[in-house]
Amino acid sequence: MPVKAVPGFFCLKEGWKMADEVMDKTAAKDRVKRKKVVKDRWWAVAFIVPSFLLVAVFVYGFIGWTGYVSLSNWNSLTPDFSFAGFANYIYLFQDFRFQADLRNTLFFTILFIGFVIVSGLGLAVLIDQKLKAETLFRNIFLFPMALSFVVTGVVWQWLLNPSTGYNTFLAFFGIEPLWYTDTTILGGFQWGSIEFGLPVAIIALVIAAVWQMTGFSLAMYLAGLRGIPEELREAARVDGASEWKVYMKVVIPLLLPITVSVVIIMAHISLKIFDLVYAMTGSGANFVTDVPGVYMFETTFRANYYANGAAIAMVMLILVAVFIVPYLLANRRREG
Amino acid sequence: MLKKSVGLVGSSLLLFGLAACGGGGSDSGSGSENEGSSSGSGEGGSDAEVEIFSWWTGAGEEDGLMALIEMFEEENPDISVENAAVAGGAGTNAKAVLATRMQGDDPPSTFQVHGGAELNDSWVAADKMEPLNDFYEEEELNDKFPEELVDMVSSDGDIYSVPVNIHRGNVMFYNMEVFEENDIEPPSDIDEFFEVAEELEAAGVTPLAMGDKESWPATQIYENLLLANLGPEDYEALWEGEVGFDDERVATATEQFGQMLEYVNEDHASRNWQDSAQMVADGEAAMINMGDWAKGYFVNDLGLEVNEGFGYTPFPGTAEEFMVITDTFGLPKGVENPEQVQEFLSVLGSKEGQDTFNPLKGSIPARVDADESKYDEYGQDTMEDFQETSLTPSLAHGSAASEGFVTKANQAVNIFVTQGDEEKLMESMQTALDEEQQ
Repeated sequence: MPVKAVPGFFCLKEGWKMADEVMDKTAAKDRVKRKKVVKDRWWAVAFIVPSFLLVAVFVYGFIGWTGYVSLSNWNSLTPDFSFAGFANYIYLFQDFRFQADLRNTLFFTILFIGFVIVSGLGLAVLIDQKLKAETLFRNIFLFPMALSFVVTGVVWQWLLNPSTGYNTFLAFFGIEPLWYTDTTILGGFQWGSIEFGLPVAIIALVIAAVWQMTGFSLAMYLAGLRGIPEELREAARVDGASEWKVYMKVVIPLLLPITVSVVIIMAHISLKIFDLVYAMTGSGANFVTDVPGVYMFETTFRANYYANGAAIAMVMLILVAVFIVPYLLANRRREG
Repeated sequence: MLKKSVGLVGSSLLLFGLAACGGGGSDSGSGSENEGSSSGSGEGGSDAEVEIFSWWTGAGEEDGLMALIEMFEEENPDISVENAAVAGGAGTNAKAVLATRMQGDDPPSTFQVHGGAELNDSWVAADKMEPLNDFYEEEELNDKFPEELVDMVSSDGDIYSVPVNIHRGNVMFYNMEVFEENDIEPPSDIDEFFEVAEELEAAGVTPLAMGDKESWPATQIYENLLLANLGPEDYEALWEGEVGFDDERVATATEQFGQMLEYVNEDHASRNWQDSAQMVADGEAAMINMGDWAKGYFVNDLGLEVNEGFGYTPFPGTAEEFMVITDTFGLPKGVENPEQVQEFLSVLGSKEGQDTFNPLKGSIPARVDADESKYDEYGQDTMEDFQETSLTPSLAHGSAASEGFVTKANQAVNIFVTQGDEEKLMESMQTALDEEQQ
């Protein structure tokens, strides 16, 4: 009898399942083999323990530690773990800069995800038209993803610099946008201590981020498009649907799982973004391009307000969790 | 069968490997401790090392540091030097690394720190530094630095670091050609500044260049205006909390700050200090307030000559004061070989050491007895001023108040630059100062 590769190597749950299956088959057979299965279970556990411990300490342990620090008074170079309650959080939510950060993150996330989906899907559909040089185009669009956000940030900082960059070209048409130095808040109204509305400067960041990440959603959508059987489209066409309708009623709805994945992946990138902003614009005048990541870095490592920095980190974690947790739960339900 | 036994062997190796790692780790840990103490108490082991932590990675400053290290190694061939410089952001990255190392009880042998609050309110207050009074006695350094400077590196009567260089923060650099063409003189007080600015603007030149992509260049202007209005004593009293931000003179300074910002280049938020200094070099803008590291930039990077390509004058209204930015090096607690680190500090504090380092970096020496002939025209001028004017600590560079307050001050200034709300700026500064002094 061929020996099954040690189950549980990749995933504990799968391991148990496989072990159960093996057990069912061997139920009628002799005890020696059953012993082997029990042994397999032990192997599964043995293999999972090291990574379980590492994740427990270095991921969840440190998250717990950050949470603990965020409730302490440690706001200088000397550690002070006395309990501060939610004082650090209260300070943050009253702070002009942090309110601006939340506003910027909100608009950045919406615009970034929106444009990445639209441009990724659009390009994927175009490439899917059985182009001749398909690989070439695919690579061209994927290429920006190979760059680090820091490189993207530096390049776009120059391209969108109001006194050089694209503006030297746009000046021919009499338009000279201020890009990331613009301090206007579109549709702004006073809310808390900030003006709430779309900060125009954020658009410059969105352009750079979309340029970088479109290739990713393009690749995902392309894979999705290839996974839709041609018969379905044929059937729709036979039923008299126009090509536009085929896409709107058949293809795009079938791509929904891809869209959900793209949204989740892009959301966690945009909520945690630091490197692009730090390299490209910094906090910006009046904090129009500031994000929680940059604030967290500065408040922790420049100002030595460790508890405040930890509180920002926890808020960021919660923001990301708001997106990720429902996704994971939905996935589990589907699998279950 | 074969596959399984391979798996067995592999996994048992893995498990034993982990166990071995744990055991090995603690073994080697205690081993190195023993080694450490033996070499510490022994006669300065031959493989001793001094690790120098700084953010000197720019053109001139790195050359200066290398020259110092070379000098030290010649004098102490049995001690090797590790240059642990961290690049970037006027020391921001280095300070982050340093904080992590100090908190992990892994201090470098000695590290760069600005004299003043950056040293006293943080590392000295956290009880992480050794006092250097005996070292100052031995090296006879006490009267080699101006008293006000020694005060900046002292806390409660104990001295904690050795100043290496001095930069001046209240300098106004200007484009000489622009001033000649328009037949005007550089301003010496604040009223004159506004007159000159009007004329320059009428002539189509940006009067004042500023690059506040990072906020400190704007904060620097504000601190110089505060100094001009308050005078040196009350300026320092302001950071001590003895003069409030509700003082009339502070209100005047804040108003002037707002007016001055009306004369800066429109794209200030997209420029860093080099980009804005370049505007002056190119004649696009007439003046810039910058610390005298800008001289190094003009001379070394842009190839201009002092008093030909660019001129300099004290920031309007502050001719009698010297806004000090000083890099110093101290001795952290918990270093294994303090004697050898002191050897390095003695090279740093020596006349030869300072006269080697500073001409390369473009700063002036902290010692008052340095050899003037080694410095350029600008350096000689500044050395004279350094001895004759009152020395005041810079806020923007962390000498006047703690890093926490500086960060908050930069935030408040950043908001002010856009919103122009004077009341709000003074209020936020006062609140931040109160919080800091609790």
